[in-house]
Amino acid sequence: MTNALLEPRAVGAETRPLLRISGLEVAYDGVPVTHDVGFEMAPGEVVALVGESGSGKTTTAQAVIGLLPPNGEITRGEIRLNGEEVSRWSPRRFDSIRGSVVSLIPQDPGASLNPVLTIGAQVSEVFRLHGRRDRAGIRAEVLALLERVGLSQPELRFRQYPHELSGGMKQRVLIAMALALKPALVIADEPTSALDVTVQKRILDLIDELRAENGTAVLLVTHDLAVAADRADRIVVMRGGRIQEQGPARELLAAPKEAYTRRLLADAPSLSAPALARPGRLGGETAIEVRGLVQNFPTDRGGSFRAVSNVSFSVARGSTHALVGESGSGKTTTARAVVGLRRPDGGKILVNGQDPAALRGEELRQFRRRIQLVYQNPFASLDPRQSLRAAVEEPLLNFEPLAKAERERRVHEVFARVQLAPELLERRPAALSGGQRQRAAIARALVLKPSILVLDEAVSALDVTVQAQILRLLDELQRDLGLTYLFVSHDLAVVRAISDTVSVLQGGEIRESGPVAQVFEAPQTEYARQLIAAIPGRLRRG
Amino acid sequence: MTRRLLERLGQALLVLWAAFTIAFVLLQLMPGDAVLIKFVGGDLGLSPEAVAEIRAFYGADAPAWRRYLDALAGVVTGDFGYSIASGVPVAEEIRTNLPATLWLAGLAFALAVGLALLVAFLATLGPFAWLRGAFQALPGLMVSIPVFWLGVLLIQIFSFKLGWVSVIAPGPWERLVLPVIAISIPIAAPLAQILIRNLDAVSTAPFVHVARAKGASRRWVMLRHVLRNALLPALTIAGVLFGELLAGAVVTETVFGLNGIGRLAEQAVRAQDAAVLQAVVLIAAFGFVAINLIVDLLYPLFDPRLRRGGRAPA
Repeated sequence: MTNALLEPRAVGAETRPLLRISGLEVAYDGVPVTHDVGFEMAPGEVVALVGESGSGKTTTAQAVIGLLPPNGEITRGEIRLNGEEVSRWSPRRFDSIRGSVVSLIPQDPGASLNPVLTIGAQVSEVFRLHGRRDRAGIRAEVLALLERVGLSQPELRFRQYPHELSGGMKQRVLIAMALALKPALVIADEPTSALDVTVQKRILDLIDELRAENGTAVLLVTHDLAVAADRADRIVVMRGGRIQEQGPARELLAAPKEAYTRRLLADAPSLSAPALARPGRLGGETAIEVRGLVQNFPTDRGGSFRAVSNVSFSVARGSTHALVGESGSGKTTTARAVVGLRRPDGGKILVNGQDPAALRGEELRQFRRRIQLVYQNPFASLDPRQSLRAAVEEPLLNFEPLAKAERERRVHEVFARVQLAPELLERRPAALSGGQRQRAAIARALVLKPSILVLDEAVSALDVTVQAQILRLLDELQRDLGLTYLFVSHDLAVVRAISDTVSVLQGGEIRESGPVAQVFEAPQTEYARQLIAAIPGRLRRG
Repeated sequence: MTRRLLERLGQALLVLWAAFTIAFVLLQLMPGDAVLIKFVGGDLGLSPEAVAEIRAFYGADAPAWRRYLDALAGVVTGDFGYSIASGVPVAEEIRTNLPATLWLAGLAFALAVGLALLVAFLATLGPFAWLRGAFQALPGLMVSIPVFWLGVLLIQIFSFKLGWVSVIAPGPWERLVLPVIAISIPIAAPLAQILIRNLDAVSTAPFVHVARAKGASRRWVMLRHVLRNALLPALTIAGVLFGELLAGAVVTETVFGLNGIGRLAEQAVRAQDAAVLQAVVLIAAFGFVAINLIVDLLYPLFDPRLRRGGRAPA
């Protein structure tokens, strides 16, 4: 059955499409969320389904593999896989092709493996589900697969549990599972958005290689147009449940027909031109000075682990300094020390001329007022039971004994600053979009009129268009209020767009630092070169 | 591993000592004592001198710290003193009453687990939406039923109305049926609630979606992926539920006229029989500590994330 569906890569226009979707409408609880979606995929082709959250791209992909949520239903249209209409198949019949003919590489490798089963058991499961019974044979194949997807010590991995593997390793395991039975079509749903940029590149390369090896077609679901530009033969742009535009990747990117596609292109930080030169912001007085910072964490076995060693940098008032690195590089630990949330185990920090480690009690409290933190995840950093008014007002209640009317005025003022409509004041976070939430989080940080904002991955969880809006907002705020930013990010494209100076961290040490243009155009170290080469969208940039 | 075991054992002993001490202090704060209740006034008509003599015999006139040290030394050597109300060694009382309570508690716990699983499965996997809804609402109802009321109700229905369970001279097993049911229902309720919530949460986890994408049927996914992950957190509250079980035993043994630790405790409270109460508290604390210790030590067997060592570089 599987072999009949496997065909060599398309050779001519007459080849029967592997997947043909036409007039697809999916409804949740009877409300349609996709309208008249239609596209085709040839065997072995890579098609990218691009759009923001809520565009219907994931819903469409879920419909193809027959795994819509319980309240979802295909109400119109058809999905043909190798000519067979599958959208109305019984669940049991669909089970027989899932994993063998169509498979899935999921979004979040961290949560996509069963925590209580070994890697070996979970990869073997694919074979067992599709009728293989010989344990020894399965084991041999699984070990070969683990090795093929680039995992060292496959015998050890086989016995290990998911929590013993890093995010990149887990994603490799998931790829091994998806490709174990050499399916004709793999759906890769944001396969790398939870991973570091260098890991992201290696994983996408791996999917590419395996695709070429097995002739598997890939439906790549992504919000990142740059990733699509690098990897796809054709791109389908979705918005609000409808297809906006589709076509061969090169043509679509070179000459987008729709205004929406043009906006997506302009908003993608890695595809648009480097940020404007921002002269005259360096060379002023120093706002943050870090000298030889050391931070240790105790380990389970009573030892200690050096997370940050000998990190030094300085940030001029009114400028933006970026700390760049992958997970575990020590960038967040450094930022937390600057805000005074952790005392350094060595070295010195001066913020506005004050050393947070030397402050106690009330002085430390007043110090924190001048330097505020905005977190990565706007979904988790706001109290779900607080209205926005309460959230933004709270720092004022803590720090400034103001009359109610005056407090009200300040809240409205800062709301206007971050361009949020005053009607939203009474809403709770759940009733807001991601962009609105992050604006509210910025408003909460700004309401005390700090001079420094520490932005910890503050735009990483947002769609490109929203991300671009928040970056513009941050830029405006900086110009108007003379703010200094310490910008922590793993996303080099974003860093290039917003920063004046940058420090590249790896394993707790600074590998390279300097003005953004210098580090990006002429990186001096091998690590910085690797990081920059891993930014998606390089094909389009040339 | 051995070091962790020793640490946990040390903590357990500390908890036992604290329970013993707190119980002792609280019992001292009560006005009067068992000797006064038993011998003063009424029919015996003992003179104050005679009462003082009896008090001296039981050591009730010694200073509090002296009695505390004596009692503590007694416990360590396995001597719990004498019950004043019955004149029998406390250890003897415990020995005769403990097996009945252990049977009652053990059977009730087993039944509660079974009930909870049944309710949770029907609430999440039941064939119709209305049925699932009904079973989801059930734990809330079950938890609000008072044990004594349920006990009386069960006797009314099954013994008096239907005559299925005899009240007069029932057999050793027959006498346990109704009390076991009465205790198990309020214990099954929180367990079922936690199971329902976990089954729901785990069913929407990404790894379940991935398993489905591998071609697993709903049933396969439920048995192989959802169940074990959903059962894990329920293990944690087993220790808490043990307390419920003891409280339930006090009430049901009294309502159903069973001889057990619960009944013993109730009688000792009436008689202010400090030595007996002290022993009952210690047994209850021991049960708590032992169950929590066992759960803690078993947890890593079920959840590989809690096993130490062997972490890959991130």
